[in-house]
Amino acid sequence: MEHIVIIGNGISGVTAARHIRKLSDTETSSAQAKKITIISAETDYFFSRTALMYVYMGHMKFEHTQPYENWFWEKNNIDLKKGYVRTIDTHSKTLHFVDGDTLTYGKLIIATGSKPNKFGWPGQDLKGVMGMYHKQDLENLELHAPNNKLCKRAVIVGGGLIGIEFAEMLNSRNIPVTFLVRESSFWNGVLPDGESEMINRHIKNHHIDLRLSTNLKEIISDENGNVKSVIIEETGEEILCDVVGLTAGVTPNIDFLKDSGIETDRGVKVNRFLETNIPDIYAIGDCAEQHEAIGKRRAIEAVWYTGRMMGETIAQTICGNRMAYKPGHWFNSAKFLDIEYQTYGRVHSTKNKPDYEQHFHWKHDDDTKCITVAFDKNTNTFLGINTFGIRMKHETFDRWLTEKRDIDYIINHLAEANFDPEFYKKHEQDILATYTNQFKSAKA
Amino acid sequence: MSNKLNESMSLAKPEANNLSLKQKIAVTIGLIGLLIFALAIFNTNFPNKTLFLSLSIGAISLGTILFANDAYLTKMEGIKNDGVWFKSISSRGVLAWATGILLTGFYIILYFFPQYLGQTPSGEPNTGLISLFDPLSKLLNGNPASQWFVYGTLYTVAILVFGYKFMLKYRHNRYEQLRTASVMFFQLGFAFLIPEFMSRLNASPDYNLPYYDLKSMWPLNYYLFDSWSVNGLLSSGVLGFLMLMFGIISIFVISPFLTYKYGKRWYCSWVCGCGALAETAGDSFRHLSSKKLSAWKLERWLIHTVLVFSVLMTTAVIYTFLGSDPNKFWLTRSAFLLGVGILLTLVFSMTMIFKRHELGKDARYGAIGYFVVIAVLFIMHYTGTSDKIFLIKASHLRSAYGLYIGSIFSGVIGTGFYPILGNRVWCRFGCPMAAILGFQQRMFSKFRITTNGGQCISCGNCSTYCEMGIDVRAYAQKGENIVRSSCVGCGICSAVCPRGVLKLENDSMKGRTNANEILLGNDVDLMDLINKN
Repeated sequence: MEHIVIIGNGISGVTAARHIRKLSDTETSSAQAKKITIISAETDYFFSRTALMYVYMGHMKFEHTQPYENWFWEKNNIDLKKGYVRTIDTHSKTLHFVDGDTLTYGKLIIATGSKPNKFGWPGQDLKGVMGMYHKQDLENLELHAPNNKLCKRAVIVGGGLIGIEFAEMLNSRNIPVTFLVRESSFWNGVLPDGESEMINRHIKNHHIDLRLSTNLKEIISDENGNVKSVIIEETGEEILCDVVGLTAGVTPNIDFLKDSGIETDRGVKVNRFLETNIPDIYAIGDCAEQHEAIGKRRAIEAVWYTGRMMGETIAQTICGNRMAYKPGHWFNSAKFLDIEYQTYGRVHSTKNKPDYEQHFHWKHDDDTKCITVAFDKNTNTFLGINTFGIRMKHETFDRWLTEKRDIDYIINHLAEANFDPEFYKKHEQDILATYTNQFKSAKA
Repeated sequence: MSNKLNESMSLAKPEANNLSLKQKIAVTIGLIGLLIFALAIFNTNFPNKTLFLSLSIGAISLGTILFANDAYLTKMEGIKNDGVWFKSISSRGVLAWATGILLTGFYIILYFFPQYLGQTPSGEPNTGLISLFDPLSKLLNGNPASQWFVYGTLYTVAILVFGYKFMLKYRHNRYEQLRTASVMFFQLGFAFLIPEFMSRLNASPDYNLPYYDLKSMWPLNYYLFDSWSVNGLLSSGVLGFLMLMFGIISIFVISPFLTYKYGKRWYCSWVCGCGALAETAGDSFRHLSSKKLSAWKLERWLIHTVLVFSVLMTTAVIYTFLGSDPNKFWLTRSAFLLGVGILLTLVFSMTMIFKRHELGKDARYGAIGYFVVIAVLFIMHYTGTSDKIFLIKASHLRSAYGLYIGSIFSGVIGTGFYPILGNRVWCRFGCPMAAILGFQQRMFSKFRITTNGGQCISCGNCSTYCEMGIDVRAYAQKGENIVRSSCVGCGICSAVCPRGVLKLENDSMKGRTNANEILLGNDVDLMDLINKN
């Protein structure tokens, strides 16, 4: 019976395990039989990393972030091993654990995810400085910021998705937050200006002290090695605080592979089949780096959905149906405090927009809803949509992207893609009127 | 992580969950209102009952309204679940247990020892708490209050003031607001005021109106076919007969039609009084329902057992009723039993013919249940005497049902245990009406909860906040639509989803539950391959 070992129990590794189990037998006599082991040092059971914030906010308990009940793994013959892999011996196909334990594998899937970036700021390893990625980060935060008596202010460094979630978490416990964003507007490397500016205002409406175009210079320690304050690069201002959240992106978590002979760069190098340079070793999820980027995608995509898709694909390869990773149209989602965000296809930020890409932007008067539709200004082909505060259907946009519909068609059929709850006010008429106003009159 | 840290993972209590000054004042005002009730229970003789009753109900309402205003209107619109699992009242803490014990105690006294509330043998003036409600009762129906009047008033007040709170909490969500306005309307009008007014009209010799809550349907309203109820309706002339007819049409025509079009939510979370209390006063406890697979198994056994019990009990009651006066109806006992048998056979065979593939293993349990009921009908036919069936008096069956299901299950456990087991214990595990509507919802309805492609991040908010204990995430993360008999369509899973994945919809029956093993977003060839297999 072939032993499939997966390092990492996040969404990529667990999706792979589940699909391998579905496609394989557990009968030892069968040629198709597979023994599956998932290794993790972080937690006993799979949990949804994206839900960690809700545990701190008191919306859920940690157990609620676990999508499967604890009996699920044994029932499906998936072995779980808690341990930290120190090195891999690819010749003898053996994993060596920090505690001295070893485990041999037939095929190995590396799905170790990411770790938060640290850019060498002075004081970045003080007590009270943390990322927000692992379960241990959450426990650390509970220790340093249980309430606004023990944590009188927190400073978040880095204006991305984890940064704003971190700010929302602290805000839920009435802990004052200063949010340092390097860019001139929140996440405007990704979002077009109209959207980015709307989110700036929304952040401020939540009484979060948003500082744009602001960099961290250093973190100052008190006499006990705890955070005392941070110094702002531009102004030299000192901000007193008890917690510093570092959320300036993530990097593949692959330090343990250094001397293994497995080819790495920033991540584990893989081909389109998610195979590494060593036979029978694969890498999926955040830690995998494509030799060549697929389409307009990045070589490393640290997103929940891509991890899950790679897990689905690798299971086919492992079970005898060798298959390339071919992701479909790009999609993603997030929530900025009270504003939901979904994106389908490609919408570039104002500053990174290619020449051919033109935007149609509509914003509701209440300043919590807007959409941006990107299209090719030469051919009018629909390229993608960002939607804020209005839910839209994944399936519909996926189809429209495949059919290469033009912008007129999209705007006129927007109602078909609406996914808001029943009785919600509809905005399609207003959007159409704005569109007609902006473009038709200009053309005429 | 040690269990000790589990509450919030921290030893220090999160500061944000302390009450604000305004909230403390609001709680005090509300408690003063309750204090007046407590004093009344201990027979404090208030000089002006009208004044003190108004004061107490006013204080309770004002307290709740002020609390809700400060809790929600001071913040921006959005999901308001911060600290739910840290607060004592909503995380099975000391406050929750204290509230649960008080509520349970109240129900036990209400059902079994009303004399402690001041209920006296008929004719004598009320004392205690019940006498405090005399002025309101006289105003509405012309008679002194009873324990049920007190209960009905408190129940309605709770739905109205907590309904207000719920509407503020979800002021960004029109579905939630309309649904709450609807339950508030049906409770105040149909369940409370109209029956009281009808009863008032009866004081005049020109009227002889039945006491009837038009929205309460058999088998939730398990006493509809009791002889006193049927006799009462029939003795009320044309209006009473029409009401009995309306009751029967509700069961066999209106309800199946509406459930087909909108799912069981049209009743359970838009009309029903039990649902109304659960969705308003019980909202703070919705996340306490168990999501374990074992709880789901228990639910299916329990609720269908209650359904079978209620069908048999009602059949037995009608059977003996028919026997007591053979000339009263064209319907004879054997014709009635035959009718019941044919109806059940029809439902059973239609289900088996058209839906067998959807049922799987459940088909066997359904078949067993069906044959048990049919067998019992036969036994009834052959062993039935004038008032006994299987040597048990039908009236005993009826009172057992009333005691164990009607009082203990739906009241004492169903509502008393809100703060411990969640707010829909009765609706999920016991209500025979929910079982019937649920069966239809599962088999023959346009309603489903749709999932949005591959957008689910398995966070678990939907499952956590499902009051019926449905593991919504298990479906959403597979891209599978949710078609479950227990879903009451409250819409909270959709509201709390941070990624816009869930939507309650009425659409065609075709392809209602399509699951893609490979989620949207991945390789098109792979999806085709998997869906072909």
